Amino acid sequence: MMATTTADIANLEAIATRCRAQILRMTHRAAAGHPGGSLSEIDILVALYFSRLNLDPNEPKLVERDRFILSKGHASPGMYAVLAEKGFITEEDLSSYRVLGGVCQGHVDAKWTPGIDFSAGSLGMGLSFGMGTAIAARLDGSERSTWVMIGDGEMQEGSVWEAAMAAAHHELGNLNVFVDKNNIQNDDFVEVQMRMFDIPAKWAGFGWAVRECDGHDMQQILDAIAWADSITDRPAVVIANTIKGKGISYMENNPAFHGAAPNDEQLGIGLAELGIFEVGA
Amino acid sequence: MAATRDGYGQGLLNISGDERVVVLEADLGKSTKSLHFRKQFPERTVSCGIGEQNMMLVAAGLAASGYKPFASTFAIFTERAFEQIRNGVARPNLPVHICGSHGGTHTGTDGGSAQSIEDLAIYRTLPNMTVMHPCDDVSAAELTRQCLELSGPSYMRTARNKTMVLHEDKIEDIKIGRGIVLRDGSDVCIIACGVLVSKALEAAEKLAGDGIDACVIDMHTLKPLDGDLINRVAATAGCIVSAEDHSIIGGLGGAIAEHLSSNHPVPLERVGVKDRFGESGQAEEMLDLLGLNTGDIIEAAHKAISRKSK
Repeated sequence: MMATTTADIANLEAIATRCRAQILRMTHRAAAGHPGGSLSEIDILVALYFSRLNLDPNEPKLVERDRFILSKGHASPGMYAVLAEKGFITEEDLSSYRVLGGVCQGHVDAKWTPGIDFSAGSLGMGLSFGMGTAIAARLDGSERSTWVMIGDGEMQEGSVWEAAMAAAHHELGNLNVFVDKNNIQNDDFVEVQMRMFDIPAKWAGFGWAVRECDGHDMQQILDAIAWADSITDRPAVVIANTIKGKGISYMENNPAFHGAAPNDEQLGIGLAELGIFEVGA
Repeated sequence: MAATRDGYGQGLLNISGDERVVVLEADLGKSTKSLHFRKQFPERTVSCGIGEQNMMLVAAGLAASGYKPFASTFAIFTERAFEQIRNGVARPNLPVHICGSHGGTHTGTDGGSAQSIEDLAIYRTLPNMTVMHPCDDVSAAELTRQCLELSGPSYMRTARNKTMVLHEDKIEDIKIGRGIVLRDGSDVCIIACGVLVSKALEAAEKLAGDGIDACVIDMHTLKPLDGDLINRVAATAGCIVSAEDHSIIGGLGGAIAEHLSSNHPVPLERVGVKDRFGESGQAEEMLDLLGLNTGDIIEAAHKAISRKSK
């Protein structure tokens, strides 16, 4: 069921804002982690989890569930915030991010966290895994779909293109990818580290249906999801143009916050920018 | 005579009735022998092109969805996907069954680039992983079938060239994790895997001519290692020779050394590739060149016996 009304959009945006606050709190508490990529991906995650994916938090392993694979597994705070909003884990669980024995491991891990389908942490692997779950759905004669989120820097891993080639070869119309194109990777801007040239042309050349969207415009994201669903004869990729650190002024487009946590002062500033004036849980 | 890769191909056909079985290929189905399955079940066979890294994780996605994927390529090319296997298969403990064919220097004329001498060692280091190297087609087929009973991943090395069939009509003796005593003996025990099992038997025959009573074990499973059996033969024979077409570092010899040092220290002589790469040559020539043939096992047996405490 797609959200289409203004109220629905406003609701999704409100969820995303709460998730942004949790991303700040989690990374601040852990004094480590990856806030930048969590903030760039979060609007897409919220749109998928609250308007599209067929999932039951009470039965996270239900066979007939849609699969979501966060291949850029370091951006786990965004994922955990959404899982908590959705009811797969509790808000208290978020405090266990990067803590020994915690539900919320540093990188998303299917063994530790209900609602996580793929144990990530090493880039370039999620699309291949998603190809496997998509083939499994086809063999099962099931309508369930697989959605994979990868980063733009991640596309520097050669195995991404092995998977892209193979998924198109096998005409996996039930496989969809979001590229969180935030233009920053660990050390610096993508443009500095390894230029990607024409990303849409690359995917099209590998046999995929390609579309771009503003990855922070909820309506555009919902339209892109509906478009991806309408492509059934081949895999579809949405290049979502995003801003690393989106929503927090000092993090936006700042490579320093790929893998650095906000300090006490920065946490307060960030929450205030989100319209939240207590540090909270 | 038969090749273990043919046993794998037959094993896949034997389990094809299980609809959960899917086969993944990386353009070497004719070589690994998964092609027989593909011919009969194309809808359950996934071509991954020449892309091993992708293949291992497609298999992981299938396993996470309830399927029983069997992914095969040359042993050496599985290694290209080691990190995918480590993080995507072994760490989440998914029942993906990897078969690396053309393992060892016995592969022959393709040369050093194709002769994996380290596969058993590297897969043995991964938690959750079962590691096997059968010696004949019968055991290769049976171990392939038994993979269906595993809850986690496995790696099985098969060989390109034909060797003696040793387990015909003795399928009930073949169990993952259990070594098979092929010959009893009390002076020395030769524990071998893969193509060197038949060489170990030849060596034992010749040793018998010299009045030496050698036990021979087919240790087709390197992990979990049959420690009870090793303890038993260490006690009765008092010394051990390991024999494998693999580096002496980290493979069967390494596994036995680790076990003995902690449990039952007795002299151990390791027959294997002595920290060097292979080269082009016929299978038998490679065994001679690298010190893996019957004569080398006999020599190692004499040395092990001489090291027993008087």
